[in-house]
Amino acid sequence: MAHCHESNIKIDLPEHGRKIVLAGNPNVGKSVFFNALTGMYVDVSNYPGTTLDISYGRFGEDIVIDTPGVYGISSFNDEERIARDVILSADIVVNVVDAVHLERDLFLTQQIIDTGVPVIVALNMIDDAKRQGIKVDADLLEHLLGVPVIETVAVQGIGLEEVKNSINKAKPGIISHSELQQLLTKMHARVASQGEALLILEGAPIIAERHGLKPGQHREDIYLMRRQRVNDIVGHVISEVKEGTDFKTRLGRWMITPITGIPILIAMLYIMYQAIGVFVAQTVVGITEETIMQGMYEPFIRGLISKVVDLDSALGYILAGEFGVLTMTVTYVLGLLMPLVVGFYLFLSAFEDSGYLPRLAALTDRLLNKVGLNGRAIIPLILGFGCVTLATVVTRLLGSVRERQIAIFLLALAIPCSAQLGVIAGMLAGLGGTYLALYVVVIVSVMAIVGTLLNSVLPGKSTDLLIDLPPLRLPRINNVLKKTFTKSFSFLKEATPLFAIGALLISVMDLTGFLGAVQNFLAPITVGWLNLPKEAATAFVMGIVRRDFGAAGLSDLALDPMSTIVALITITLFVPCIAAILVLFKERNKKEAAIMWLGSLTIAFLVGGIVNKLTGMFASDVSGSWFTIFVFIGLAGLTSVVAKMKKTPQVKTVSQEG
Amino acid sequence: MLLADAKKGQTIKILSIPNEIVRAQAIRFGISEGEVVTCDELIPAGPVILKKNRQEIAVGHGLAKEILVEAV
Repeated sequence: MAHCHESNIKIDLPEHGRKIVLAGNPNVGKSVFFNALTGMYVDVSNYPGTTLDISYGRFGEDIVIDTPGVYGISSFNDEERIARDVILSADIVVNVVDAVHLERDLFLTQQIIDTGVPVIVALNMIDDAKRQGIKVDADLLEHLLGVPVIETVAVQGIGLEEVKNSINKAKPGIISHSELQQLLTKMHARVASQGEALLILEGAPIIAERHGLKPGQHREDIYLMRRQRVNDIVGHVISEVKEGTDFKTRLGRWMITPITGIPILIAMLYIMYQAIGVFVAQTVVGITEETIMQGMYEPFIRGLISKVVDLDSALGYILAGEFGVLTMTVTYVLGLLMPLVVGFYLFLSAFEDSGYLPRLAALTDRLLNKVGLNGRAIIPLILGFGCVTLATVVTRLLGSVRERQIAIFLLALAIPCSAQLGVIAGMLAGLGGTYLALYVVVIVSVMAIVGTLLNSVLPGKSTDLLIDLPPLRLPRINNVLKKTFTKSFSFLKEATPLFAIGALLISVMDLTGFLGAVQNFLAPITVGWLNLPKEAATAFVMGIVRRDFGAAGLSDLALDPMSTIVALITITLFVPCIAAILVLFKERNKKEAAIMWLGSLTIAFLVGGIVNKLTGMFASDVSGSWFTIFVFIGLAGLTSVVAKMKKTPQVKTVSQEG
Repeated sequence: MLLADAKKGQTIKILSIPNEIVRAQAIRFGISEGEVVTCDELIPAGPVILKKNRQEIAVGHGLAKEILVEAV
């Protein structure tokens, strides 16, 4: 029944070759082993139906496959499903464990052993363990697990050779419990492998379905047996634990407690702002977008195209005009987006590698609960300030559909992406504190109000936070760079066609006069309701193409300060750029995406108009601004109170770990 | 009592966890029903940080209100 073992990715396996699979909890240093085993030549392929990539490479005759870091193999999330399928198809599993965290890590180890596959364990970060006063008896661990255990310090290269040389010594280990062994033997008689038998017993629906069986009801019993076994092993192999709070432990605590955690977060965001908002967005993008792409690449392409096609023709316009597929799209993706996305991913990978991210999730959990999200949603929300399109894709990590709906809508509505943020910040800078406060308060209140309303209107209940807080570690440069590269690359690969389609659509809309019609249609709203000049409609329409175009269009209009704020609020809340909209349609169903798009449009004009009318009630801009600020804070407070009153207990599910 | 009502620094025994998937994940982390753990940090109306040996987990407030514990 070979088809049962397929792990959905096509890998050419040489004859006689075996599949060696690397497995472990998140951040245990698997990638170092992967690089050591495979060397330079590594292939990466997307795992179907997910954003996750699987790396694989050659090790002699064999193939080494990396898996996402997981705490166990079941069907709780994409990472687990992939790890599960790849591990079930393995000939040998190299399991990397963190010597400091054996209680957590050995659960996966024992689960892999229970699948019956030959295993070899790399007891990694043994130096860290020693420093923390933990002594692990590797020989005893080997004896108790029944598989070879090798001590390693992967980042320093210690033990890597021994792991390489010992791969052939991998062997099936000792099953968690004799009772489980009986269950396995019985189930194994009906399916192809012990691994599948185990997962069916543990209630994995897909594996059971493959065999036309009902998923088993034994997960909890088996998990408890395994936990008991692991605790027993850990109790035997670990000694001399000296409890003491070192600096890292204290720092980790400071990151979570609001009184210290918020200043730390602000400091981190400030560093990010200086690095990405100032250095990358201005200096680097200045070179990549203006000098290289617009200064050299675009004229070159236009010259090339003009030899074949008339640039003034429809085709010429689509290819190399204002929104040209070969000009604007390429400039936008490579000149503007790529440096920003790389910058954001550098920080995110460093945060992830250091263990800061789960602490940030714990810190922000309370706040995000109010809008129906949990702390994990902080990741897409922060990424949204880089690129809303990117962040929309990343919402896949959220635990439930309603959380994705809320997060995606908030991203589309109220988070200005870095391209737009640059222009907005420039326009706000000249206006002074009161106007700035008005802008920020209105945007944040709208986000809070909309989030709270969505949370009380959408059916179901959001998932609660339940995450592991891994030890803090200095991020490893290699790891951070590698993650940044793979993530940036796979995003750009996914997004570029969308930007191209978006540019194409806009060109066609422009050529057919649709854009002009929209401008005329919007004119009464802009003039009558928002009190802006008629030309502002052009800026809004441009905002559909690229949000920064929209904002930039406003700065050309020479508006008075209050009109500038009204226009900026409207354009910030206005629909996301066309690529983000396309992602929206791809990620959610058509109806939902259309509702979000129209909702964003309506709210933008509604809020812009309200701000205009409220501030217009006062002769002085300053009094008008403060009045409006209080109204919006009041509205947000009122929404929160009303939502709390009507809240009824409902059945809930829980967030995925990690 | 409920986990949400535990005090900082208190040692508690976990009596029951409501949801099947949460229970499975809690077992993986070694902080499950029957375990004795320390309530290491309480973020006001926010997550509870539980610790057992070197394993730490953050439990959201909503979930902490559904987990039954007793002081040890």
